[in-house]
Amino acid sequence: MTINEIQDSIIEEFSIFDDWMDRYSYLIELGNELPPIDQKFKTDEYLINGCQSKVWLNAEYENGIISYTAEGDAVIVKGIVALLVKVLNNQKASEVMNVDLYFIDKIGLKENLSPTRSNGLLSMAKKMKLYALAYYTKHKEK
Amino acid sequence: MVDIDLQKIREDFPILNQKVYNKPLVYFDNGATTQKPRAVIEKINEIHSLTNSSTHRGVHYLSGLMTEEYEASREKIRAFINAKDKSEIIYTSGTTASINLLAFSFGEKYISEGDEIIISEMEHHSNIVPWQLLCERKKASIKVTPFDENGDLLIDEYKNLFTEKTRIVSIAHTSNTLGTVNPIKEIIDIAHSHNVPVLLDGAQAIQHEKIDVQELDVDFYVFSAHKIYGPTGIGILYGKQKWLEEMPPWQGGGNMVKNVSFNKTTYNNLPYKFEAGTPNYVGAVGLTKALEYIENIGIENIRTYENKLLHYSTQELKKIEGLRIFGNSKNKISVQIFNIDSVHPYDTAMILDKLGIAVRTGSHCAQPVMDHFGIDSTIRASMVFYNSFEEIDMLVEGIKKAQLMLQ
Repeated sequence: MTINEIQDSIIEEFSIFDDWMDRYSYLIELGNELPPIDQKFKTDEYLINGCQSKVWLNAEYENGIISYTAEGDAVIVKGIVALLVKVLNNQKASEVMNVDLYFIDKIGLKENLSPTRSNGLLSMAKKMKLYALAYYTKHKEK
Repeated sequence: MVDIDLQKIREDFPILNQKVYNKPLVYFDNGATTQKPRAVIEKINEIHSLTNSSTHRGVHYLSGLMTEEYEASREKIRAFINAKDKSEIIYTSGTTASINLLAFSFGEKYISEGDEIIISEMEHHSNIVPWQLLCERKKASIKVTPFDENGDLLIDEYKNLFTEKTRIVSIAHTSNTLGTVNPIKEIIDIAHSHNVPVLLDGAQAIQHEKIDVQELDVDFYVFSAHKIYGPTGIGILYGKQKWLEEMPPWQGGGNMVKNVSFNKTTYNNLPYKFEAGTPNYVGAVGLTKALEYIENIGIENIRTYENKLLHYSTQELKKIEGLRIFGNSKNKISVQIFNIDSVHPYDTAMILDKLGIAVRTGSHCAQPVMDHFGIDSTIRASMVFYNSFEEIDMLVEGIKKAQLMLQ
């Protein structure tokens, strides 16, 4: 599936929730299903800045494709990062680095976007795009 | 004794009567800031609509009016804490600014290399970092009074911290996390027996009990208006005149000077020596309205009612399986910090938020307290006299719901 196809399917999934608790239950489920990150990446270096809860993120690159692993110590936050992994995992780095993540606005999690809110979607998304940009640039130079 | 008329009180606070996420707002973040009664809101509105004018400067009608109200506020605040003279009441922007002012000014005058400052393990960052900055400047050091598992200061250890190098004690009257009300009279008497002055951080105390600075014989007392139902951006540094007279100014600017020339500038008298720049007269008058409001209800009535909230919340929270309350002092304000087994506090708080319940999570700007218990963060529910027993029930239900979803 393309990034936008995945975004559209998430928007559709969320459209059936009319209650915050349902959205959170879904995120909790998603968070619990997220494969654990390799222990060696659970260091400060891989931490996304924020003091409310911890999120670790790692990215790998092969043949133009970027893949992510992540973990969080708070379940809902982990669910949010899992949502992003779902959208951006195993996609072309060249696409990820410029992606328009329009699904965030549409699924009613917008407040988690606020840059002042620690571990918000925004800082996670930014970090994921940065990884893509960094890998893409590095390999282009070679 | 008159009991609290909760319905009437809640009507006085317009912000409380609203829904968030379509749920009635339950505001339990009073430790961070309290809501404002109509009297404060209307007074601030009135100033901006009718009397706004910079104080002490203009010869005109409005400036005179505003100056009069501003100085009457100082007198009101003096009376509220029973200071001897209104020149001992310094307006600042809040508790943090008050402590920074003192750490700088007192430090300039009295602290030199090798000197020691006593604080406690339960201080919030505002009563740690200004002293650390001072210590860096002066090569002085901090000694820390520890607390026990209940959250009570170890007074014997405190006694042992004094040396001939001790210059000042700076301790929270009441902890913003553990809720402990410290034995301040004992703390002050011990310090004074070593001829050491004491600063009490009253940020979490002034709204819960009567303060009499003369009876306490405390040297400095600081608090913020916004935690006692007043506006943000204004706070108080009370200091005994003898100290304030000797201490040098902290910030320079207009208002704090008598004569300015490029050769020599002379400073204004107390309290103006410490009040550089255009004062926050709107905040000062707003604070006065808040104090009047508190006095009308009666601080003793408030204390009695809040004690009931404390006991009820302790009893009900303890019924929740896997919930641990940190801070179990017998002398405690109505604040609860707690965690639930194998659940991250941030998750719980996010769910509570969507149920309309406002709590705080994190280290509450008191990381050493978290370190004491070997944790990163907790949930904090801080209750005041406009909160109800029903709201505590809603919190408990909310926590149970979160627990069910998260475990």
